[in-house]
Amino acid sequence: MNTLLFTIATLCVIGVVAAIILYIVAQKFKVEEDPRIDDVEKMLPGANCGGCGFPGCRGLACALVEQEDISSLYCSVGGADCMKAVADYLGKAAPVKEAQVATVRCGGSCEKRPRTSTYAGTKSCAIASATYVGETNCAYGCLGYGDCVEACAFDAIHINPETGLAEVDADKCTACGACVKACPKGVIELRKKWPKNRAIYVSCVSKDKGAVTMKACKAGCIGCGKCSKVCEFGAITIENNLAFIDSTKCRLCRKCVAECPTGAIKMIGLAPLPPKEKPETKTETK
Amino acid sequence: MKTFPIGGVHPSDNKKWSKAKAIEVMELPDVVNIPLAQHIGAPATALVKKGDMVKVGEKIAEATGFMSANIHAPVSGTVTAVDLQPNGQGLRQMMVTIKREGDEWAEGIDLSADLVKECNLSAAEIIARIKEAGIVGMGGATFPTHVKLSIPDGKKAEILIINGVECEPYLTSDYRTMLERGEELLVGTSILMKAVSVDKAVIGVENNKPDAIKHLRELAKGYNGIEVKALKTMYPQGGEKQLIAAVTGREVPAPPALPIDVGAVVCNASTAVAVYEAVQKNKPLVQRVVTVTGKSIKDTKNLLTRFGTPVSALIEKCGGLPEGDNRVLNGGPMMGRPMSNLQSPVMKGCSGITILSGAEALRGEPSACIKCAKCVEACPMGLEPYLLAKQSKKKAWEAMEQNDIVSCIECGCCQFTCPANLPLLDYVRLGKQTVMGIIRARNAKK
Repeated sequence: MNTLLFTIATLCVIGVVAAIILYIVAQKFKVEEDPRIDDVEKMLPGANCGGCGFPGCRGLACALVEQEDISSLYCSVGGADCMKAVADYLGKAAPVKEAQVATVRCGGSCEKRPRTSTYAGTKSCAIASATYVGETNCAYGCLGYGDCVEACAFDAIHINPETGLAEVDADKCTACGACVKACPKGVIELRKKWPKNRAIYVSCVSKDKGAVTMKACKAGCIGCGKCSKVCEFGAITIENNLAFIDSTKCRLCRKCVAECPTGAIKMIGLAPLPPKEKPETKTETK
Repeated sequence: MKTFPIGGVHPSDNKKWSKAKAIEVMELPDVVNIPLAQHIGAPATALVKKGDMVKVGEKIAEATGFMSANIHAPVSGTVTAVDLQPNGQGLRQMMVTIKREGDEWAEGIDLSADLVKECNLSAAEIIARIKEAGIVGMGGATFPTHVKLSIPDGKKAEILIINGVECEPYLTSDYRTMLERGEELLVGTSILMKAVSVDKAVIGVENNKPDAIKHLRELAKGYNGIEVKALKTMYPQGGEKQLIAAVTGREVPAPPALPIDVGAVVCNASTAVAVYEAVQKNKPLVQRVVTVTGKSIKDTKNLLTRFGTPVSALIEKCGGLPEGDNRVLNGGPMMGRPMSNLQSPVMKGCSGITILSGAEALRGEPSACIKCAKCVEACPMGLEPYLLAKQSKKKAWEAMEQNDIVSCIECGCCQFTCPANLPLLDYVRLGKQTVMGIIRARNAKK
């Protein structure tokens, strides 16, 4: 019985002494942290995706509280509402950024882009692209092994088994940019998000000459420049045999879509332009 | 009999398919594509443009800086393009396209077969000729030879090692070269000895090539300071560091240390023959012996091929590709790179084309790692491949750097030995490339 009492008493004494030491240490080394950081962190989505450039939401919260001017900080997951709420709470001007969405710029589906070899290695885009060109003759397009799928924290990007290409679910996409970083081919781009997920973009990143691109893929951009001539807003530029539509200048007029000979310019959520007499005769006479 | 001390594996050598075939001269192709980057270092700068006429052996591209190599026209004819073309892996690369007309050699090149033993040039003159001839390491690494021979101040070479190991399974191009061009090899070796001013050279040959050892030993009696050393067969003995360890017992420290830090200079056997031709015959590097081999190849051959010849022409010459799945490798089965574009040209580092067919062409289904540590045992650099592969998968580049990934020689022993068929080399190689990129970026910042 004595042993039992003695044990309990000893443990109690140790406990009390340890508690006192811990309390003193905690008081002495207390870190004064702005309580607003906790509040701001709660306002942020808590996805810890790293899309803002900080290791996690707390990193961004610290920066938001500490920095005077927060115009360069933005959480694309929370979006404008979240940023406004945070800015109001902190009494700073809310950073403004247009909503964006990840866009896979490759249209080389299985039927458009013939397979010329079989890849037997590890199913990873990074490894495949370090090894060779890929299963097709296009050195630029989507490989379809899903490094972007693995990188996405929001389940917003998937490989379509029919086309073998990555597809973005625009409703789920938060434009955090993880897939853009994960893609070794640089196929994915963050573009302006239009209402109802409408979009017009060049679905190709091939910098090869037209003839080479055409041989490798029927859906590739051959850099013919027809689209840039027809664009009234100066949104389309041709560089390295490749057309690029600046999504900030584009007004979704759809003229370029009708003009593209290979169908490389893709249109989402928009009805095709009613066939006009003028452009058609133009192409015929050419 | 000696070999290197740690790691290594024993793949079946499969040299029987082509070892008995004497070197044949491959027909000249009608059109050649000559890449400007056939070596480690900066790609050469083209000296020709569309429409130019060139003769065989004429310089068509000049080394860009010290760490680069000249490139010479392998055929005579008209340059039709200097443009991007897909290489063996389908990746776009700058190439000079020449349409062949006849076979006219540039002046001043000795085409006779007479053996010229005398060499009265100084070390600097020899190195200058080697540089001019665009010679690179022909074992596959394509390190410019003149860079290797230019010994930095404060360091001294003590021994020259000629790499006649050819540890890569299937390939027999060095073996045939040693047998058929032994005299040239030995003269080339003496020239190299003079170039790095050493009085001792060792030709390392694995003991699975007894006739080459015997033949070279016989010939070496007529040369001072050249010893032919038989080595116990073990892959990857042809690796520079492994060969130095096997021959001298010295260990080259981790990068950035080089073989010269332990007083060794290593050159491939075919390189030594190329050096002979460059110095004694004034003949630039325009051709090499390429082994075309594989279990299902009708007629395996060792072909003396001009650079720029399409790989498909070589395969056609040997009876074409077998039916079904094939894996065409630029090199041997261990270190060779799979090719997706058979129209791509033979280059300076292409010692063989290995064709694996049917079940051999496919990989085994991977299963879970059972931590048997076979890969650790097999790694000749003393690394831990299972750990590196895992870190690469998790993108833990810093941890990989700490675990000495830059020492990896990508020999593939780990993947070869893995009982779970894990793609260890795939991940390790990706990690190595990424870490090297990070290190380069860091050094550039400094």
